Amino acid sequence: MGIKSSMWIAAIALAAVSGLAAAQTVKIGIITTYSGPGSAQGDQLDKGFKLYLKLNGDKLPPGVKVEPIYRDDTGANADAAKRLAQELIVREKVQFLTGVVWTPNAAAIAPLTAEAKVPFVSANAAGVSIPRMSPYFARVSFTLWQSAYPLGQWAAKKFKRAYTVVSDFSPGHEAEEAFTKGFKEAGGEIVGSARVPMTATDFIPYMQRVRDAKPEVIFGFNPAGKQATAQMKAYSDLDLGKAGIKYIGTGDITTDEELQNMGDSALGVMTVHHYSAAAERPANKALVAAYKKEYGEKLNPGFMVVGAWDAMDMIFHAIREQNGKVDPDKTMQIFRNYKNPNSPRGPISIDPETRDIVQNEYLREVRKVGGQLANVELETVATQYKDPWKEFNKPK
Amino acid sequence: MQDLLSSLVSVAFHGLAYGMILYVISVGLSVTMGLMGFVNLAHGVFAMAGGYVMLSAMNSMGIPFPLALIAAFIAVALASMVLERLLYSRLYTAGELEQVLFTIGLIFMSVAVARLVYGTLPQPVHLPEYLKGQLHFLGRDFPAYRVFLIVFSVSIVGLLWFGVERTRWGAMVRAAVDFRAMAQSVGINTSRLFTLTFALGSGLAALGGALGAEIIAIQPTYPFEHLVFFLIVVAVGGLGSLRGPFVAALLIGVADTACKYWVPEVGAFFIFIATIVVLLWRPEGLFGKAA
Amino acid sequence: MTHAGGYIADPRIRKIEWLPWVLAVLCYFVAPSYLPLGSYVLTMVIFALSLDLILGYGGIITLGHSAYFGMGAYVAGILAARLTGEPLLGLLAGTLGAGLLGLITGMIILRTRGLALLMLTLAITSVCYEVANKATALTGGADGLGGFTVQPILGLFKFDMFGKTAYLYCLVVLFVCWWLVRRLVYSPFGASLTGVRENNVRMHAVGSPVYQRLVTSYTISAALAGLAGALLTQTTQFVGLKVLGFELSGELMVMLILGGVGRIYGAFVGPLVYLVAQDYLAKQFPEYWYFGIGAMLVLVVMFARGGILGIIDAVIARLRRKSD
Repeated sequence: MGIKSSMWIAAIALAAVSGLAAAQTVKIGIITTYSGPGSAQGDQLDKGFKLYLKLNGDKLPPGVKVEPIYRDDTGANADAAKRLAQELIVREKVQFLTGVVWTPNAAAIAPLTAEAKVPFVSANAAGVSIPRMSPYFARVSFTLWQSAYPLGQWAAKKFKRAYTVVSDFSPGHEAEEAFTKGFKEAGGEIVGSARVPMTATDFIPYMQRVRDAKPEVIFGFNPAGKQATAQMKAYSDLDLGKAGIKYIGTGDITTDEELQNMGDSALGVMTVHHYSAAAERPANKALVAAYKKEYGEKLNPGFMVVGAWDAMDMIFHAIREQNGKVDPDKTMQIFRNYKNPNSPRGPISIDPETRDIVQNEYLREVRKVGGQLANVELETVATQYKDPWKEFNKPK
Repeated sequence: MQDLLSSLVSVAFHGLAYGMILYVISVGLSVTMGLMGFVNLAHGVFAMAGGYVMLSAMNSMGIPFPLALIAAFIAVALASMVLERLLYSRLYTAGELEQVLFTIGLIFMSVAVARLVYGTLPQPVHLPEYLKGQLHFLGRDFPAYRVFLIVFSVSIVGLLWFGVERTRWGAMVRAAVDFRAMAQSVGINTSRLFTLTFALGSGLAALGGALGAEIIAIQPTYPFEHLVFFLIVVAVGGLGSLRGPFVAALLIGVADTACKYWVPEVGAFFIFIATIVVLLWRPEGLFGKAA
Repeated sequence: MTHAGGYIADPRIRKIEWLPWVLAVLCYFVAPSYLPLGSYVLTMVIFALSLDLILGYGGIITLGHSAYFGMGAYVAGILAARLTGEPLLGLLAGTLGAGLLGLITGMIILRTRGLALLMLTLAITSVCYEVANKATALTGGADGLGGFTVQPILGLFKFDMFGKTAYLYCLVVLFVCWWLVRRLVYSPFGASLTGVRENNVRMHAVGSPVYQRLVTSYTISAALAGLAGALLTQTTQFVGLKVLGFELSGELMVMLILGGVGRIYGAFVGPLVYLVAQDYLAKQFPEYWYFGIGAMLVLVVMFARGGILGIIDAVIARLRRKSD
């Protein structure tokens, strides 16, 4: 072999070795809401992602780095979200997409991920049929059916007559439908239903109707935030508790980050949800402590923070399993088999068939713990529970 | 029948409280737009600021409720005077479009500042003990705070009307609203009048925002979300008038609440349909001056 | 109300009027990763043109133009979801639907002026928003309407992931709209519109059918807004409630005033500057870009009347004076 050819071989070998040893940067596109009326929810996702990255950002194979790129979709603006996703995929060449508070935004992004083959992990967007829109979609958050349906079944054991009051938009309709089905199937009677417009600041007229109908229990659903507080206040202002009407709902009505604002009127409210900041398990205690340390003693993480946390955890898991060389189809295979027994909300996994989240649903009651209001977990009403809507609506 | 009456009373009562808050916030806008001809879409910013000042004073500094309210009024009135002298006054001769652009720019900036300082979550409202709970009269329970709201707002309204009808300052304002050029030619210093009136209107907005924090949550996006309702109160009531927005706010508060109670499916539409009907019938508003 | 622009006697296309098209075509080749944003800007330019017709040339201030935009968007979306994804048909349907809505609402509300008219437009768009929110079976409600595909244009040009087809589609549509609007503005009809805006009383005195002219221009403007809405639905293959909200109307008004009202190119400059600034600021400061946009608006108003084109006019005038 001549000197020239050995030099060539050496050069190629050197190039190959340096290629292997070169740092791998995995780009993750994070779309959330920083401005507009939805910024409170978007902020929760942002805090969750940043906290995870701060505490666990280095738990990667040697030479592999992660670069998060944050974008603002300004609210439930599907066209803006789609455009941002397009840019992230085409311009920044992200290998993962995550975040997304709003269902319409996720629904607009989904077909894009199918075409571009980019794995998309929803940290919040809960529309039941989104996983069917793209084979590269997986959800780590929740669906409303997961909490409202078992709540309906549980409630029918204690109460015979219920009245539903939900916010008038699609998640509200989903929650109402799920609860009604669960409640009726278990023998209960729905004596009335009301849908409150999203612009309403005052829930009194609707709660007054409830009072007139004299049910035993109200089922409520609002998007977490000031609507939840307003509905709670109306319940207490009209003294519905004294009139013997109990208030129950999905965890959105007593969401942890808002709970302190609701005051003592929230005491005794029972909800079913997949996460409570007051949960005693060690993984959660660690999260809450870290959250308070990073963002302020008075603040509590809500379920969206945990959604973001687990989404990032699943992405990191996929990166580790592939040693930084991320392939979309392998990633989806890893996602399908993902199991995490140590999430702050308890054991979770992904359903390989639907790519949706499988988790426990807990019955909680608002009590005072250490002078603060907390959603105390009483029992697990549904263990390793799959989204029931998909069970009822199997694709033909 | 007894039950229906009882429910109606309850609905009317709550609607009244909501309407009063709307009025206290919006009356300043009516006067500003009527007096100065200035399209101040940023009016909600002053209401929001009042809410933030009062809640900060109470939550972080432990200042008692009445003092915090006064603090909100004074702080925002003073700040609005500064804004008026520095920025607003330059645009009195500009067209409406420029004023729209400017005030929307102001809203954007204040939303960002509110977010930076206070975060995105709605501010917690902790009412003083003596205003919590229920009051019992006429055989029913009424939330104490809403009773207080109604009584307090009515007294503010009374003071305001007295001030405008009976004082010299009020006469000057009325003159300037009716015929600015004439008012100037009889020697009324309209520029100082504008500043003072603007400050009063903004201060009232702040008071309304602070009082109403329990009903209309204080959040950075407040000025955008509720702008429509303030504008509706002023347009339906009539620009430049005090009585008009009062009636409009009461109607909106009570009728909107009653409508949501009786026919909840169309509850969200009522305000807008009512606005359309009133404005087509009387474009100048219920008590405005016909063009 | 002062704004430069309006009826100019000479309708020939000046050389500088080719500039926007040259820039747009350049953008396609030079900045291919910005094409999705580019399509959105072009769509907003069409929307702004429609607003300029009645605001700048007709003198009607409205916060409810998104009702027509949204109508066009939803008609195109529902057509694609239920009947056919043929894009040109969708554009036509959206335009006609919005035009019809514009005609009906215009006839009702254009008897009023000023604040009353403004509030009526606001109320109408709010009602449309609530109707769309409730009619979930048809519109998807708050979740929006998606999952439909738009077929290739003329059977040839498929909508791709990079937004190339969408961009060129928007550009061609914009060109057609611009040409139409320009013809309209420089026609006797356009002149009478300017007359209505400048001196309503005198127009009545010379027997000009003011109300009819306003309704006609309002209808055309609504149809154009619907065209823009349909275009947005087709290029993003999704339609959500936001297209009907008055926030969008407000944003559009800001974009147009920023560019300069009553001169066709304000509708080009305004959305371009606003959206590019928003895009840049949002990426640098995802949480506080609002402040930057607000400051930009306040500064533009403080330093010049007539928006950005007004500033440019003033600068050019000053330069001319200096060289004299």
